[in-house]
Amino acid sequence: MTVATSEHASFDSGSVFLTGLRKFFGIFGMINRRLLFSGCMLVLVVGFGVLGPIILGRDNPMKTVGGLYDPPSATLWLGSDNFGRDVFTQLMHGTRTSLIIGVIAGLEAILIGLLIGTMAGYLGGIVEEVLMAFTNVVITIPSIVILILLSIAISTRSIFAMGLIIGLTSWPWTARAVRAQTSSLRTREHVDIARLSGAGTLSLIIWEILPYMLSYVVMAFVLQLNTGILQEAALSMLGLGPSNTISLGQMLHWALLWESVRTGAWWGFVPPALFLTLIAFSLLLLQASVDEILNPRLRKR
Amino acid sequence: MSAHSSQVPLLETRDLQRAFGHGDHAVRAVERVSFSIQPGEIVAIVGESGSGKTTLARLLLRLLDSTGGRILLRGEDVTDLRRSNDLKAYWRKVQGVFQDPFAAFNQFYTNRRVLENALKLLNHGLPRQEHTQRIEAALREVGLDPADTLDKWPHQLSGGQVQRVMIARALVIGPELLIADEPTSMLDASLRVTVLNLLLALRKQHNMGIIFITHDLGQAYYVSDRILVMYQGELVEQGPVEKVFAMPKHEYTQRLLADVPRLRGA
Amino acid sequence: MIIKNVRAYYAAGSGPEVKAVDGVSLAIREGDVLGIAGESGCGKSTLAAVMSLTARPPLNVKGGEMSLNGKTFSLVEQAKFPRDWHGKMVALLPQRAMNSLNPTARVRDFVVDVVRAHDSTVRPRAAIEQARERLEQLSLPARVLESYPHQLSGGMRQRVVAVISTLLNPQVLIADEPTSALDVSSQKQLVLLLKLLLECRFITRIVYITHDLPMLSNIANFIIVMYAGKVAEIGTTQQIVNEPRHPYTHALITSTLDPDLRVREHQLEGIRGAPPDLRYPPTGCRFHPRCPRVMEICSREEPPIVGEEERYAACWWVFEQSKTAGGKEAQS
Repeated sequence: MTVATSEHASFDSGSVFLTGLRKFFGIFGMINRRLLFSGCMLVLVVGFGVLGPIILGRDNPMKTVGGLYDPPSATLWLGSDNFGRDVFTQLMHGTRTSLIIGVIAGLEAILIGLLIGTMAGYLGGIVEEVLMAFTNVVITIPSIVILILLSIAISTRSIFAMGLIIGLTSWPWTARAVRAQTSSLRTREHVDIARLSGAGTLSLIIWEILPYMLSYVVMAFVLQLNTGILQEAALSMLGLGPSNTISLGQMLHWALLWESVRTGAWWGFVPPALFLTLIAFSLLLLQASVDEILNPRLRKR
Repeated sequence: MSAHSSQVPLLETRDLQRAFGHGDHAVRAVERVSFSIQPGEIVAIVGESGSGKTTLARLLLRLLDSTGGRILLRGEDVTDLRRSNDLKAYWRKVQGVFQDPFAAFNQFYTNRRVLENALKLLNHGLPRQEHTQRIEAALREVGLDPADTLDKWPHQLSGGQVQRVMIARALVIGPELLIADEPTSMLDASLRVTVLNLLLALRKQHNMGIIFITHDLGQAYYVSDRILVMYQGELVEQGPVEKVFAMPKHEYTQRLLADVPRLRGA
Repeated sequence: MIIKNVRAYYAAGSGPEVKAVDGVSLAIREGDVLGIAGESGCGKSTLAAVMSLTARPPLNVKGGEMSLNGKTFSLVEQAKFPRDWHGKMVALLPQRAMNSLNPTARVRDFVVDVVRAHDSTVRPRAAIEQARERLEQLSLPARVLESYPHQLSGGMRQRVVAVISTLLNPQVLIADEPTSALDVSSQKQLVLLLKLLLECRFITRIVYITHDLPMLSNIANFIIVMYAGKVAEIGTTQQIVNEPRHPYTHALITSTLDPDLRVREHQLEGIRGAPPDLRYPPTGCRFHPRCPRVMEICSREEPPIVGEEERYAACWWVFEQSKTAGGKEAQS
């Protein structure tokens, strides 16, 4: 409807995506306080978990440095835990572990979701029905049950394995959304043109359909990252966390097990709980504000 | 065009059908369509929106599977082509241009890519330099300056220019049949004429057969040799342009003809 | 209704403004249909937005005033117009009107919204009754009120929106490419409906904007041909169609395709090139880069207006022609 009729076709025919990008990079001119806030929070959290241990030279979170629940002091900034380990060091390493697991789980969920979603949406027919039926089955099974069973089945759970296990249960929502977008995108004329140039299914999906979903994929990844971090915390609190390391969820697990709440040792459970909340909040805020930038309909409501 | 009638047609359909959905709810978008087109002939398919024109175009381009009937290219049955190489061979001979030139472009890439991708279809290992030559020749033929077009994004060109790039894309492949699905309906009247002239030139230069799909009888009348009138999925009338215009037989054709606004009144 | 010297520019990021409408004046008498013709990008729709008082940033009205029924207002501050002017004095029928209906609501809900937006004391039932009466007067089926938009065809939806947006009997209906998305049969029916609205005196003036000259010649009494934000030529429909003066009008007419035996006899030419980028409009006459009659002076100086108030063309070539014609007359 643009060519013959819109008077301003020549200067507003730039795509939504390009407008989005322009806005994105013009961010310094445009005050989106929510994006700025959530971005800063995340940079701080990531810096804390990744650079903190290196800068402060605290590379072993498992080392015993104090007694049972020593209160915060000049040397133990956040006191010690039930094994006499430094809570501050644990918090840094735990944040890092949680983030790594979240990223692995998020990437895996996005990849599986994209694969199944685009295949189902593009191929249609029986393939679509089978794939979507499978997706719906995975959605209906409570993911925590699968997670518990999988975690028990694997005796040594590395950080990597934890991420994979969590990602394995969180992809269905992405797959469903991707399928819906793909089946509307595949009827576009540029897809037909590419087919007429002899492009194969895989190349069509990668070059003609995925670019149009880029902004959605970025946002879905942020959400999946969040889900991954929270799932890890849930599993770890149940004692099914990664072996031989510390995560935010495991810190909570030990704090509960060794009754830090009842004994009033707040430094055992408040810091990890606070960090989990902070990470989840910033990620959701980031997702909402990026959505607002990329999606003009939500702007200035 | 009577000289061609003894030859094997370039493209022929026999009782071509396409229904969407199943059973009682099935929508018959294309119903028993039979026609043929000769090499170098321009055939217009005219009908209102919802008459099944676009579905027919997609069937003929083998972008959509038919649910009945046959399609023959130079007498050879192409209805059931499935293998990628067979379809590619078909698309080397039959190409398309669509209604919305901007939607036909992937906005993430420049014009160069869509033209180079089209060349991949030919698959004869030309050296890179010849690729460029072929693309530039095609662009010049549609009246565009290659240096000024190739590395631009579609939204930097006007609607008429983008539609020319689309036609150049088909030219790069050099098909025997071009299926143009409402290529002018989103363009201004002044640009329409130039695109229609381009189609006429293609026929003259390359002896290309063209199926021109439109809802505008004026345009159909300007470019085509024969007119097929489509109504609710069926061909209700077909014949040489002069005949259809002078003596429209079907009631629907008469109405279409009466409804076209004329510059100096009826 | 008179509009004087409208200038409306789009703010375009950091670059210069897009001068989409640059000094346009026009007048419409009661009972008239004024057609505005021109290619995409010549400022037609911008003018429609300004006249229907719906111009919003980034489109800024820089100047111009509008007189209607003896009252004169500046068009610059669109938001300051009396609220009840929308719909009551001027109504807009855009191209996408048929898609503007809420898909989850029945047409009658839309009627209630429109009527009550202007007078909240009207009871919903009364509004629907009014719409039913109007539809019957125009011989459209009243049952459309009970339908959801998707149950109606595109042409029917466009007609229904046209009827509803004129329920309050506006003085001026501004129809901006109302038929461009419709096929020929629906186009014709919409045009017949608009004529009927005028005949029944539900509306008193129509401004009809389109790039489709044949369509325009079937509805308008007067035609304004616009190019690149300026008026190229004004005249009655007969004058524009049969005795075009401006080379642009001429080119527009020769690129129309009537389904007529003559059309096939010679190759039409169309208009070479494309409308200019209005951030950097050409100097002198804005049509000179594409004009077949271009003269040396055209690129230097703004074209003179040749003719009188209701019949003129802004063109150097026309100016030269009239001079030689005038000279010849004087000689004989």
